[in-house]
Amino acid sequence: MIVGDSKPLEEILEMIQDKEKVLVLGCRGCVTVCNVGGEKEVGILATMLRIARKKAGLAPTVDERTIERQCDPEYIEELAEVAEGYDAIISIACGVGPQFMSERYPKVPVYPGINTTFIGGALEHGVWSERCQSCGNCLVHNFGGLCPIARCSKSIMNGPCGGSANKKCEISPDVDCIWHLIVEKMAGMGRLKELERVWPVKNWITSRDGGPRKRVREDLKQ
Amino acid sequence: MRLQYPTNIKIIQLPCSGRVDILHMLKSFEDGADGVYVAGCMEGDCHFLTGNFKARRKVNYLKGVLAALGIEPERVEMFNMSSAEGPRFAQVAREFTAKIKELGPSPVKKAKAA
Repeated sequence: MIVGDSKPLEEILEMIQDKEKVLVLGCRGCVTVCNVGGEKEVGILATMLRIARKKAGLAPTVDERTIERQCDPEYIEELAEVAEGYDAIISIACGVGPQFMSERYPKVPVYPGINTTFIGGALEHGVWSERCQSCGNCLVHNFGGLCPIARCSKSIMNGPCGGSANKKCEISPDVDCIWHLIVEKMAGMGRLKELERVWPVKNWITSRDGGPRKRVREDLKQ
Repeated sequence: MRLQYPTNIKIIQLPCSGRVDILHMLKSFEDGADGVYVAGCMEGDCHFLTGNFKARRKVNYLKGVLAALGIEPERVEMFNMSSAEGPRFAQVAREFTAKIKELGPSPVKKAKAA
């Protein structure tokens, strides 16, 4: 899923300080699963904003709404009748949400209520970890199913580097050295020999280095 | 026992303090409560093992939210007491009420009145 973090309340309050009618818009996709932008979080953020406004002696018009997904035009369309009645919309979806919203409703300023951080998974309830960097050319099968692109601080293809000590990365004792884990995993699988392959410099053109990406499926396109 | 405790306290019953939600507490403040406290079982005595620890974590989280909103974090607290401790329940109710009275009305309510 796409994982995000709530923006500090102060930052959101500053965004909407001169806006009277505000809508907090959630998304039932990834951000619901990572507990940052679903119906529940819409309720919490909207209540916080209403309290802040009441406290400042302002009219607390902060409405709440959550749509199925903010990355599909058909769900964005559901707001056609109400969107432009707001002075500000705070989207607490990933970075796609505020953009799709402002493209469809150009008259309303749309603000991001969360910071989109990474593509990852839940290690346990309340803990998420990065697993994919969407480099556009998946190679994890060569490394025992562990991604050196997303999980090595330097994204090196031929590791570990000299910064690996006691299974940890030199950047922080909280960060595993993924190359240590790759070597252990491959050894456990009896595939250590495969790691003798020297990988040439990765072609990053399939990643962001090739510019913004777009995917077209001719068979599905209308 | 017929113990007396302040009448301004409104009790919201839950099956376990672990059921307390940030929204329950936030909505209370939105609706003008001057303070909110959670009365959970003694630590280690939770029927569901960790409900009261979870409640405490949520209360601590809410303290941060209140601080960000410019509201005194002391307006929300967590207390542990056994259901057999009636006198302690009444005592906590009196002490918390006294503390909130000292802090005065909630800033949310004050703005509304002004």
